[in-house]
Amino acid sequence: MTEKENRIKVDKKTRFKVAARSQFLQGSWNYERMQNGGYAFSMIPAIKKLYKTDEDRQAALKRHMEFFNTTPFMASPIIGVTLALEEERANGGDVDDEAINGVKVGMMGPLAGVGDPVFWFTVRPILGALCASLAMSGNVLGPIMFFVVWNLFRWGFQWYTQEFGYKAGSAITDDLSGTMMQDVTRGASMLGMFVLGSLIQRWVKIDFKPIVSKVQLQKGAYIDWHSLPSGHEGIQKALELYNNGQGQALSSVKITTMQNVLDQLIPGLAGLLLTFLCMWLLKKKVSPIWIIIGIFIVGILGHVVGLL
Amino acid sequence: MSIIQAILVIIIAFFAGMDGILDEFEFYQPLVTCTLIGLVTGNLTAGIILGGTLQMIVLGWANIGAAVAPDIAFASTASAIVLAMGNLGVKGVGTAVAMAVPFAVAGLVMNMIVRTICVGITHAMDKAAEEVSFKKMNMWQTVAIILQGLRVAIPCGLLLIIPTHTVQHMLNAIPSWLSAGMTIGGGMVVAVGYAMVINMMATKETWPFFIVGFVIAALTKLTLLAIGALAVAITLMYLNLDKKGGNGGNGGGDSNTGDPLGDILDDY
Repeated sequence: MTEKENRIKVDKKTRFKVAARSQFLQGSWNYERMQNGGYAFSMIPAIKKLYKTDEDRQAALKRHMEFFNTTPFMASPIIGVTLALEEERANGGDVDDEAINGVKVGMMGPLAGVGDPVFWFTVRPILGALCASLAMSGNVLGPIMFFVVWNLFRWGFQWYTQEFGYKAGSAITDDLSGTMMQDVTRGASMLGMFVLGSLIQRWVKIDFKPIVSKVQLQKGAYIDWHSLPSGHEGIQKALELYNNGQGQALSSVKITTMQNVLDQLIPGLAGLLLTFLCMWLLKKKVSPIWIIIGIFIVGILGHVVGLL
Repeated sequence: MSIIQAILVIIIAFFAGMDGILDEFEFYQPLVTCTLIGLVTGNLTAGIILGGTLQMIVLGWANIGAAVAPDIAFASTASAIVLAMGNLGVKGVGTAVAMAVPFAVAGLVMNMIVRTICVGITHAMDKAAEEVSFKKMNMWQTVAIILQGLRVAIPCGLLLIIPTHTVQHMLNAIPSWLSAGMTIGGGMVVAVGYAMVINMMATKETWPFFIVGFVIAALTKLTLLAIGALAVAITLMYLNLDKKGGNGGNGGGDSNTGDPLGDILDDY
């Protein structure tokens, strides 16, 4: 009983400090051991709290200078688990270096597998696209909403998953392979694909300019500008005849561009096909930068020859 | 541009550089940096529009594993500076967007250099761990982050030093067919980002969702927010029905083989 009471604990304040520091996880990202410096940096408040001798502290710091890399936010549950393990060790528990590093390495891969698609390919693109579409009309709410919503979500995620990791201790690995996490990833990718479909339709802009046909319209199908009364009455009459595009045409020749033809199939088809082409090129390991440069060249050439 | 404005721009660039590596606060995303640079240089509306336009392009750019994506931090700050210096307002957005791509490549190279320098820093941290010096550990982590800030702030400062009329002159020298063509390219280039995202998420199960999303966007006037809400609803329905369907299947019922048309044909 007394042993329980004398336990050194990583209290909430220290855990909060660790979570705050973990926001700088990638600061010293390097090609040798990636996020190692940031991980040790994040653990410092806990190491100070748990270990009192230089020997123990040195061992702990070195332990966390080993290779580490995952989606930055997914480090939080892992840090939570390591906090629990370090606590156990500081209290004389049988937790060796290998166990701690094993948990870290064992969790970082699968969690990055969840974190990358959820954060980088679902939450950020969707939030970004929603807010960007606001911003493109000059609305300042776009950028504000993006920054505030993202950071609330991110910080909430980091704090609660770290707490969850700390409480679940080493049991977390079993929990993460459970069905809940699977549902989240599955749901996120379905939602993502749904929204992507609509984003591509709305935002990939291709307009084929070539004229497919010019048809001389019959009398009565277009507005006969010469027979309109002059002044504002004429404008009123013309607008009535035009009827928002539902009534008579504006000129005597009906011009159909290639784009009009494509739009009759479904608007946005060209953009969709372009996206498929990009996907194929990416799968062929063509660097995105080259694809981007290529698209710009196609845009310029297409404009010069009058195709786009 | 006044001295104070220039200092504010450099501070924004510095923060963008730091967050560009941290990837936490998303301060470095074009929506945020372009808006802020637009704000301090008196081009708020143009800045917001540039931010939105660039954001659409970079949606799918992400640092995965050890791979470094084209550098968003430098691309967004530098093109916002070009926009501000050019003094063309909203009309300058198209050119600024086109300049973002070369900036992104330049930033990528600088980012990789700093990430290599950080190998040295991590060895310094090893030594600090050996000495059990928490202070030195903290210091080196901070130095690394500051380096990442400087790698964007310094080139942005250089862009500011180039006299306004030189930048304007350079922009005016761009022929109209080139800028018009680049604006057209800018309309199509967003497809690359979407393609990267789809390649990550596409499965047999998720493709139908993509089709529904595309068709709803094409043939209705619903806003993206409304479509997003529909997407959430349909996903939830699917997941719930899927669970129930699974349970029902276990309970028995041999007629449900998942191919109703096939069943009918067999019976016939």
